[in-house]
Amino acid sequence: MSVNSSRFDSALGWSTRKDAWLSKGIRVLLSALAVILFCGPLLVIFSGAFDHNPDPTQLSVFPDNPSLINFQVAAENKIWHYLMNSLIIAGGALLLQLAVSVFAAYALARKKFRGQAIALLVILATMMLPEEVIAIPLSLVIGDLPLVHVSLKGTLLGVILPLGAWGFSIFVMTEFMKEIPAELEEAAKVDGAGELRLFAQIILPLCKPALGVIAVFGFNMIWEQYLLPLIVAADPSDYTLTVALLALRSDDMVGTGIVLAGALLALVPSLVVYLSLQKSFLRGITTGAIKG
Amino acid sequence: MTAVQSHSDTQDVGSTASGGGAVETHPVRRRRRRRLTGATFTPWLFLFPAALIFLVFKFIPMAEGIRLSLFEVRPFLGDIFVGFKNYATILQDEKFLTASWHTLVLAGGQTLGAMLIGFFLALLLEGHAKSLWFVRSAVFLPVVAATAVIGEIWRLFFYPAPEGFLNEVISWVGLGPWEYIHNTDTSLVSVMFVGIWKHAPYDMVLILAGLAGIDRQQYEAAAIDGASTPQRIWNVTLPALRPVITILLTLAAIRGLRVFTEVYVLTGGGPAGSTDVWMTRVYTTAFEQSEAGLASAGSVLLFLVTLVLTVSVQWYRRRKEAR
Repeated sequence: MSVNSSRFDSALGWSTRKDAWLSKGIRVLLSALAVILFCGPLLVIFSGAFDHNPDPTQLSVFPDNPSLINFQVAAENKIWHYLMNSLIIAGGALLLQLAVSVFAAYALARKKFRGQAIALLVILATMMLPEEVIAIPLSLVIGDLPLVHVSLKGTLLGVILPLGAWGFSIFVMTEFMKEIPAELEEAAKVDGAGELRLFAQIILPLCKPALGVIAVFGFNMIWEQYLLPLIVAADPSDYTLTVALLALRSDDMVGTGIVLAGALLALVPSLVVYLSLQKSFLRGITTGAIKG
Repeated sequence: MTAVQSHSDTQDVGSTASGGGAVETHPVRRRRRRRLTGATFTPWLFLFPAALIFLVFKFIPMAEGIRLSLFEVRPFLGDIFVGFKNYATILQDEKFLTASWHTLVLAGGQTLGAMLIGFFLALLLEGHAKSLWFVRSAVFLPVVAATAVIGEIWRLFFYPAPEGFLNEVISWVGLGPWEYIHNTDTSLVSVMFVGIWKHAPYDMVLILAGLAGIDRQQYEAAAIDGASTPQRIWNVTLPALRPVITILLTLAAIRGLRVFTEVYVLTGGGPAGSTDVWMTRVYTTAFEQSEAGLASAGSVLLFLVTLVLTVSVQWYRRRKEAR
């Protein structure tokens, strides 16, 4: 009976018995195919980046002529400068986003106050507002900030600040903070803890799992930004690495290998973040969507 | 990211539910709080950074966008109020109409394609084994890679000569050579294909979560009743996945309507405008033709369409839940 019921561990009824070699064989074959299909192209970026002068027709999974020359040429095309831009933006915007989300969530989840419903509604509204829609007026606002009349055009801050608050992070954090029992807070208040100590020493340490989720999502969201750095840039030296790839490719003097070297540098940080915070990532996707 | 932009969508549809309930303060407590002005002030202090950023970088640009859409924008010369003329111009513009058609085809094709592939992947990779977990992680990689990176590598794959990477591969099964994004007949389908490739694993993860929630006894009961595997999938699995599928459809449709990076990186809207979508058109209008008023009208129209879509899905789901 136990053998029989394990048949229904999956919707398709994949057999887990040792002697079911046909079922297993098919599954292994199809899985291998899926991995090749979805990972193969990314592997080609790796090999192409380390391959000496591959023309676009000579792509392969293993470099024919391994060398670092692509990176040397890419360095002459300021690739490290672009990477630095990307990393500064990612680091700055992520820190800001985390801090802003945690603060806002603390108010929304742990306090009751007038106008709370409106605050939630406003944050929701920001999420229904596609970034692409405001891109054009945003470029004007960044060129001349309201009231202070400072231009952030061509600065990294011009990319960082608009990314500093993200409705998704605030909501994930709020939902998580709501689950923390009120007794903890009350006990700390009895001990005479002030608002900031309460926040920093009681609530924040308990939020680590949610911080992982919003960190990995935040990083991905920031790294994926394309239109924003494009419109903020005053000249090509302000580009992030992802935006610079297109400029690199359009330069006839630059070969495929160099573009792939740039693509690899843009790919590696996402891979590192994903692989190190993978559990948070998958948890975030499912809780984020299923909650609705 | 669009990927993460798309992640941001994860919450879009869901969260209104959490919006309502939080305000009902107990009358006694509320009175006490009113007296302590500090207690009402602190929450706003904590909300201040978020509010400031949203105000400056979301709401002011939105208002500015609506205002600009009613003007003919002339840098250094002063703007002229033109009413709804920009909207009329856009709705009659041949290129915008073609772009909106492309956008719909692309959004529809990508949404359905990614969901179908994601569904098959989920069926294939469902289970607790460590090896399956490994395969799932590997398959998921396209979702985390930045769209710009993906665009570059697929551009190379799409090299139109017979010696091109993908042409080489399809020649093994006797197909091709094709010109992919370099031919007006195949360019839109090629862009769609890349989008499906990038988004299918994301759908897989959500469908897997849905599959995990299905009661195993239902499968056994179906088997006892003599249902075949396809019957079981059709009658037990798919109905149970309906909520997940609804979420995926809306998220992907909204994401599809505002598609920009994929198209911009792969084709830039070409060749001969054959992949031009709404946002690439808006971008060209704003930054290459310097028609900020027209472009703003285009943005506002896109916003209205996504808004109508989101609200009607919300309304539909609320009504269903109420029943």
